[in-house]
Amino acid sequence: MTGPLLEVRDLCVEFPTRHGALRALDGVSFDIAPGEILGIVGESGAGKSLAGAAIVGLLEPPGRVCGGRILFDGQRIDDLPPAAMRRLRGKQIGAIFQDPLTALDPLYSIGHQLVETLRTHLPLDAAQARERAIELLRRAGLPAAEARLGQYPHEFSGGMRQRVVIALALAGEPRLIIADEPTTALDVAVQAQVIQLLRGLTQESGASVMLITHDMGVIAETCDRVAVMYAGRVVEVGPVEAVIHHPAHPYTAALMASVPTLADAGGRLAQIEGALPRPDEIPAGCAFHPRCPKASQRCGQERPELALVLRTRAACWWPMVEGPAA
Amino acid sequence: MSARDAADGAGRADAGTAWVEARGLGRTFTLDTPWTDRLLRRTGARQVHAVDDVSFTIARGRTLALVGESGCGKSTLARLMVGLDVPTRGSAWLAGADVRATLGGAPDAARAMRRRMQMIFQDPFASLNPRWRIGDIVAEPLLEQGLILPAQAAERVAALLAAVGLRGADVRRFPHQFSGGQRQRISIARAISTRPEFLVCDEPTSSLDVSVQAQVLNLMVDLQRERALTCLFISHNLVVVRYVADDVGVMYLGRLVELAPKPEIFHAPRHPYTRMLLAAVPDPRARERPRAPVIGEMPDPLAPPAGCAFHPRCPHANARCRDERPALLPSGAVQVACHAVEEGRL
Repeated sequence: MTGPLLEVRDLCVEFPTRHGALRALDGVSFDIAPGEILGIVGESGAGKSLAGAAIVGLLEPPGRVCGGRILFDGQRIDDLPPAAMRRLRGKQIGAIFQDPLTALDPLYSIGHQLVETLRTHLPLDAAQARERAIELLRRAGLPAAEARLGQYPHEFSGGMRQRVVIALALAGEPRLIIADEPTTALDVAVQAQVIQLLRGLTQESGASVMLITHDMGVIAETCDRVAVMYAGRVVEVGPVEAVIHHPAHPYTAALMASVPTLADAGGRLAQIEGALPRPDEIPAGCAFHPRCPKASQRCGQERPELALVLRTRAACWWPMVEGPAA
Repeated sequence: MSARDAADGAGRADAGTAWVEARGLGRTFTLDTPWTDRLLRRTGARQVHAVDDVSFTIARGRTLALVGESGCGKSTLARLMVGLDVPTRGSAWLAGADVRATLGGAPDAARAMRRRMQMIFQDPFASLNPRWRIGDIVAEPLLEQGLILPAQAAERVAALLAAVGLRGADVRRFPHQFSGGQRQRISIARAISTRPEFLVCDEPTSSLDVSVQAQVLNLMVDLQRERALTCLFISHNLVVVRYVADDVGVMYLGRLVELAPKPEIFHAPRHPYTRMLLAAVPDPRARERPRAPVIGEMPDPLAPPAGCAFHPRCPHANARCRDERPALLPSGAVQVACHAVEEGRL
């Protein structure tokens, strides 16, 4: 019986400022099982990208992990020295970011970048690496892969670049892929294709995926489980179907209600009153309580922990046990 | 254009109440080709037909949404409609006056025209001057147009900010002190300050968080109703458009491929590209939605396919589609540019 591939326990990330340290992640915990696709969903300031960055060891200074731990395959990785983290990154943990132009070096051909990545992590000679690169591009759905090896990133469209980035992320045969908003910069039709590709390739290789996005629709299509984040905390986590259709946390329910959909009458969107809290103004107790229709005094004083409610775990003193109808 | 004269359906009232009109609008951009290429390889000047023969009307007080992916020309079209760009062909009309001609003509008439049209842009960070306080930003159009005296500005600005859900105390703050959603509200306050009749919104909520988007969309719908605004709403997201539009137009590579009242577009889309767009939008709550396969990618606008621009990606393309560009023709209450629809194959 294998344990989780990735365990994040009470992770805290802070940014020191002149006025004191800002807690951007405050006690975040979740697991990813081998072969599972976990979605991390939330709006601005929720801390979802930071969580991904912390796991891959790419937190931008002065941000730093100030509490909790991250375990990969049972070993702690949050306190690894940079050289060890670099070996882990790419080989065991791959990363896909939002803007493919940032991930790809504009001065080197696609083939060069793929071969370099392959030879860094796998014992291949130049010819073998080239063959593997062509194979990867083909699996990523790029037509005329061999001919395109010599081309540069700017010669590809956005969707194709993202496919190359996915190919690069999979090159080292990682067991976990952190994908941070991989489809946000793409057109809707291309998004659908890239999502399909990501899902297919990871299922083939058995890799787990941590899919970070603000798009609930993408989560619904791709993920097995989803964690909803708000103001640096996880407020709900559970199977995708349960979280979307029977949310226990009021924020999850409100978020789902404000997503434009084809499934309602198209009259008026349900809106959440108030605004997302700034990182220096996070309310005491439950971070969502000022905007919550069910808030009580306890909510403003005591911060709730994640607890099982029907089929999901929610951090709420008054979870909804009969969710909105599907 | 024949379609405009013949049709009496989607997006159109009869000519008398056509408040906003696009007549055969076209905008072509010519790219620099080195003269050596032109000489030695006989490559002609390369052109992008960003907007290619687009016609539609918007009746007073209604919202037309234009939907399409990046590169379809919708933003270029938006700029043409408010006179921020000059069309290479055709014309844009507001209340029976040619926009570009008026703006380029007598100063008084130009100013009056300017006042009647306003625009809201996608990027809430780029559309506000970071060095101005928001009170000044919102008052600027009023003062520029000479609609108020400087002494009256404070009161008007306070009323406008209240109308968009911001507090009066915010007037002295700078844009960077506000969130994206709040900045969009500031842009909206600025846009409605001159009491325009025609509002063009270019992807106003695309950069906003989902819950913030809901607030801003609701606000825009309320304001439009209260102030009887005629709107052109540009978006890449067909689902968002459902909440604001009366009529919907779909663009592909600069061309209008379908134009229909909202219920038609969503319940009975005709054009294969419209169907593809609808099927491609991930919708967490629409469980029983059949997903059509998404084929291919947007072609290079410098080398658009011959005939129907969509034919390489279309499961229903035939020989005629490869040779002949389809015209926008009526099909019931809808206008569609598709041979397969015309021939009854779809």
